[in-house]
Amino acid sequence: MSSITDPPKANFRLSMLIYDTRYRSATIQIVALMGFMLLAAWLIGNAVENLNALGKTISFGFFHETAGYDINQRLLDYQSGDSHLRAALIGLLNTLVVALLGCVTATVVGVFVGVLRLSKNWIVAKIMTVYVEVFRNVPVLLWIALIFALVTESTPHPKTFRGLDTGAVVVTNRGTYLPEVLFSNSLGDISLFGQSALRFDVSLDLLAIVLVLAGGFFASFKLRKRADRIQEATGDRPTTWWQRLLVIFVPLGILLAVLGLHFGYPELKGFNFRGGTHLRNSLIALWLALSLYTAAYIAEIVRGGILAVSHGQSEAAGALGLRSGRIMNLVVLPQALRVIIPPMISNYLNLTKNSSLAIAVGYMDITGTLGGISMNQTGRELECVVLLMAVYLVISLSISASMNWYNNRVKLVER
Amino acid sequence: MSDTSFVRTEMLPQKAPPSTSVGIIGWARANLFSSPVNVVLTLASLYFVGYVLTSLLPWVFLSVWNADSLTECREIMNETWGSTHGHACWGVVNDRWLQLLYGFYPSELYWRVNLTLVVTLAALAPVLFAEKTPRQMLWLTGAYPFLMPWLLWGGSIWNPVVAALGFVTGYVVYRAVSEIAGSLLAVVATVVAALFWWFVLAAPAAALLSDIVPLTIETVESRKFGGFMLALLLGVVAIGVSLPIGILLALGRQSDLLVVKAMCVGFIEFVRGVPLITLLFVASLLLNVFMPPGTNFDIILRVMIMMTLFSAAYMAEVIRGGLASLPKGQYEGADSLGLNYWQAQRLIIMPQALKISIPGIVSTFISVFKDTTLVSIIGLFDVIGLSTAIRADTSWNGIYWELFAFIAVLFFVVCFSMSRYSMYLERKLQTGHKR
Amino acid sequence: MKKSVILGALTFAGLAAGAAAAGTLDDVQSRGKLNCGVNAGLVGFATPDANGEWGGFDVAICRAVAAAVLDDANAVEFVPTTGKTRFTALASGEIDVLSRNTTWTFSRDVDLKFTFVGVNYYDGQGFLVPKELGVSSAKELDGATVCIQTGTTTELNLADFFRTNGISYEPVPIETEAEAQQQYLAGACDAYTTDASGLAATRAAFETPGDHVILPEIISKEPLGPLVRHGDDEWGDIVRWTLNAMIAAEELGVTSANLSEMAAGTDNPEIDRLLGTTGSLGEKLGLDATWAQRVLAVGGNYAEVFAKNIGEDTPIGLARGLNAQWTEGGLLYAPPFR
Repeated sequence: MSSITDPPKANFRLSMLIYDTRYRSATIQIVALMGFMLLAAWLIGNAVENLNALGKTISFGFFHETAGYDINQRLLDYQSGDSHLRAALIGLLNTLVVALLGCVTATVVGVFVGVLRLSKNWIVAKIMTVYVEVFRNVPVLLWIALIFALVTESTPHPKTFRGLDTGAVVVTNRGTYLPEVLFSNSLGDISLFGQSALRFDVSLDLLAIVLVLAGGFFASFKLRKRADRIQEATGDRPTTWWQRLLVIFVPLGILLAVLGLHFGYPELKGFNFRGGTHLRNSLIALWLALSLYTAAYIAEIVRGGILAVSHGQSEAAGALGLRSGRIMNLVVLPQALRVIIPPMISNYLNLTKNSSLAIAVGYMDITGTLGGISMNQTGRELECVVLLMAVYLVISLSISASMNWYNNRVKLVER
Repeated sequence: MSDTSFVRTEMLPQKAPPSTSVGIIGWARANLFSSPVNVVLTLASLYFVGYVLTSLLPWVFLSVWNADSLTECREIMNETWGSTHGHACWGVVNDRWLQLLYGFYPSELYWRVNLTLVVTLAALAPVLFAEKTPRQMLWLTGAYPFLMPWLLWGGSIWNPVVAALGFVTGYVVYRAVSEIAGSLLAVVATVVAALFWWFVLAAPAAALLSDIVPLTIETVESRKFGGFMLALLLGVVAIGVSLPIGILLALGRQSDLLVVKAMCVGFIEFVRGVPLITLLFVASLLLNVFMPPGTNFDIILRVMIMMTLFSAAYMAEVIRGGLASLPKGQYEGADSLGLNYWQAQRLIIMPQALKISIPGIVSTFISVFKDTTLVSIIGLFDVIGLSTAIRADTSWNGIYWELFAFIAVLFFVVCFSMSRYSMYLERKLQTGHKR
Repeated sequence: MKKSVILGALTFAGLAAGAAAAGTLDDVQSRGKLNCGVNAGLVGFATPDANGEWGGFDVAICRAVAAAVLDDANAVEFVPTTGKTRFTALASGEIDVLSRNTTWTFSRDVDLKFTFVGVNYYDGQGFLVPKELGVSSAKELDGATVCIQTGTTTELNLADFFRTNGISYEPVPIETEAEAQQQYLAGACDAYTTDASGLAATRAAFETPGDHVILPEIISKEPLGPLVRHGDDEWGDIVRWTLNAMIAAEELGVTSANLSEMAAGTDNPEIDRLLGTTGSLGEKLGLDATWAQRVLAVGGNYAEVFAKNIGEDTPIGLARGLNAQWTEGGLLYAPPFR
């Protein structure tokens, strides 16, 4: 009778750490980890020593000191007497605003240009090619500076704006003024976080509108459900579209009337237009430059994506009698989307990161406030730069996380 | 049988196509005016092109070339056209173009920069146009990392030679030790020997050699580098050095070793997550803080380091793409031949993955090259930084568009030709994969 | 202390020996070069010409220090700095002296730990407006759009000025002088504000300078001067007294033209002490007796340097104003050489 015996157990030898594949990976990893930690310790040690020599300490206390400078384009209220933290927050919001606007515009322009590059119209296709090549092959910093200058040169002075003192949309070389929404019977604001740097006013009017809209949509949804039930029970679907529109818009209309909705138009007073929502030229130029620059890349991605859809698809759609516009919308683009989205994510990231060049036009984004004037005034380079990097890292990682999530959802559609 | 026949007995002669579908008219009908929408589009486009050209061309061509200052330019414009509006003053480019190209590099040594450019192209040729160049040129590619710094920075020829000898020493030691002991020990010995050579023996050896045979060209400090040359240099160094780092990072990212993978992913995502400008802030403001007290790097070197790290992360992603596009069979094939990890990478995987990645590498180069303009924000005299300095000269204070236009054209020419090259390569690679 | 680091085989050329905290003078002398931080381009104050030669009012200070310490006015490495990088460059030892139109403020002196060795230009922030705007005082700028160059003390001064006067304004921060000019000329701002010296230079570059006026208000004090690190007083003294020598020479009537004549000996004992004909002031500084002669041989005394770079005969055309000698109603007052 034979029995299965274990192979003789080898005694552990030190050399097995290297030559035995069971241990080797652990060895390499431990060595790598140790190397990494040694490097980090070396860098931190140097930093501590150098900072001591300079008599500096790492402290974020400067955040609560008075910033002392003004920021023109801002979403929240801010005065020069506010703290550096508040200034950084305003800057962060400005970064997010221009990144968001830029991504949306770049996508729209990019898709448009990408499709037109494939147009059968020779001159249109050529113009789009020239646009793509010119924008992709010149540094974005140069584009920002050029477009900023171009925007101010090509727009009128406030005094010469069509000879008018007011208008719904006023385009001047100081920026564009849009009508602002005002309420004569405003419910006021709720101030959150008191007087701290993070203070934030929530408009009760806006809150009320959102609530009424949400209620309206909910009622509309209920009406649809009811219609579905009736259809299932009787086979006839009651016409509900007007009811559904009514439950959304009548309460909203009543609310707006009660609140006294009216628009505030910009008016020329003294040197400038006052009132209205003011988009500064720095924002417009940066927005335009970033979107046009990124759109050139997106156009190429879109074109590549469309070309990647096999020709048979569009031919089949043509055989079904679809017109070329509908072929593009219904057959080609949805399929191209699969190819398009992953490189699109990295372009959105690039746009967001390129928005840090806002300093070239004096748009006060986070690099202009925290990494610019605040850093210059306080001399806290280490703290400011580290924090700046951390902020961008968080923004980038959240963009790529959310876009990847979307990408995965789109992917589920495919077989 | 009737003699009338409905069947034609001879072929009809071929008719010329209708005049509306051939020639210029036919082409225009097909490509410009095929539908009402297209007619509108075409007319709008023509108007747009005409508008741009009529406003741009007079500015470009009805311009002043020979002037030593903006004031002189304006005088000439007023004399010739009666107004200064709508005319370019290219006098500034005429006056400063050498500076815009070479920065503050001594003018009698411009030949060294030009030679470096030629050597760079020659060293790249065997990589970029592999089948059209003799393999012997790879020797130049190998020598390039030592030749290029010597040509640009100058100094004794023995410095790069001694530096290169470090690699030779390492190789010799590796061969010798791997005969006796295992390969792992050989690697350790190689590293030790090379480091020993560089840190201990290299400096005296170089000094000794230059005493015996002094072969020295004039030293140029990196502070004198600037202009377009600086952009090219930063781009070439960043891409060249980041290639090996990028390969290692890409392999690390695909590795099974958790710690190694985590470190590589962390590095790549960190660098790709922050804007280059913050890394340049680190180079200009913080890098010295993290170095041992008393160390003082040149700012150009610090920028090179950060740009290299920056492009390494992007390079790693490009190469990862190349690795991912290789069929799994290649890896399995390498395994079945009994090759170990590094042999498989060196002989099977990397040659193919790198070849696929070349277009991506070229476009990374283009974007890094364009991004070098950001160094002007930290006060380096690249083309944009120089344009600020030129405008600070009282003769050219107040000039705006001409300098930017010149810089834009400069970048466009270089980047456009590189992107064309990469497209050519992509097409070539695609046909290479078709069966 | 010197420490050389070799990073790989390729970096040999780019490495410079480091400067440590002690003995900047020794470092400079052993290096044979003075590292001087200057503006990366400011009309009249620091500009590289077509050959890469630096010139300007701030640059003259660097050259004077180099002449005093190294006997060679050209032994200067000019390190272009931005508003952001200048203090780090000085603190980290990358530069030995910063001569970059830097305002002497409390926090820079005390908190950032620098020593301002003196003032080479008394500046102040002013406003430039087009004549057709019809404004004669900065206080009439209520609601105006004002272009500012960022990265300096200007935005703080501006905010303070408008707040204390209770008037509103719209700031348009601009990164570079060239852009600011372009924006201002395109009418994107009603007024442009920066140091008055900069305004004069900007205005001089316009096609029709007469259409623009500099408003009378000077809203801030901007004493601009060279600075060194805290903690090396010997080095600070050298830079301080180099600047003082230039100012004193003007007061005493020593110019580059009559320098050799004066150096032979005069009947004014202070001139003799300054030029090292008698006494041992130079040795006390750690230099030699004729250090001040070398300083003055470079570009002459303060008045000559001023006239050559930014004075009324240059396109910039600045009047001496506050920067005249105290005997002529200005603020320049060099302590005695004794």
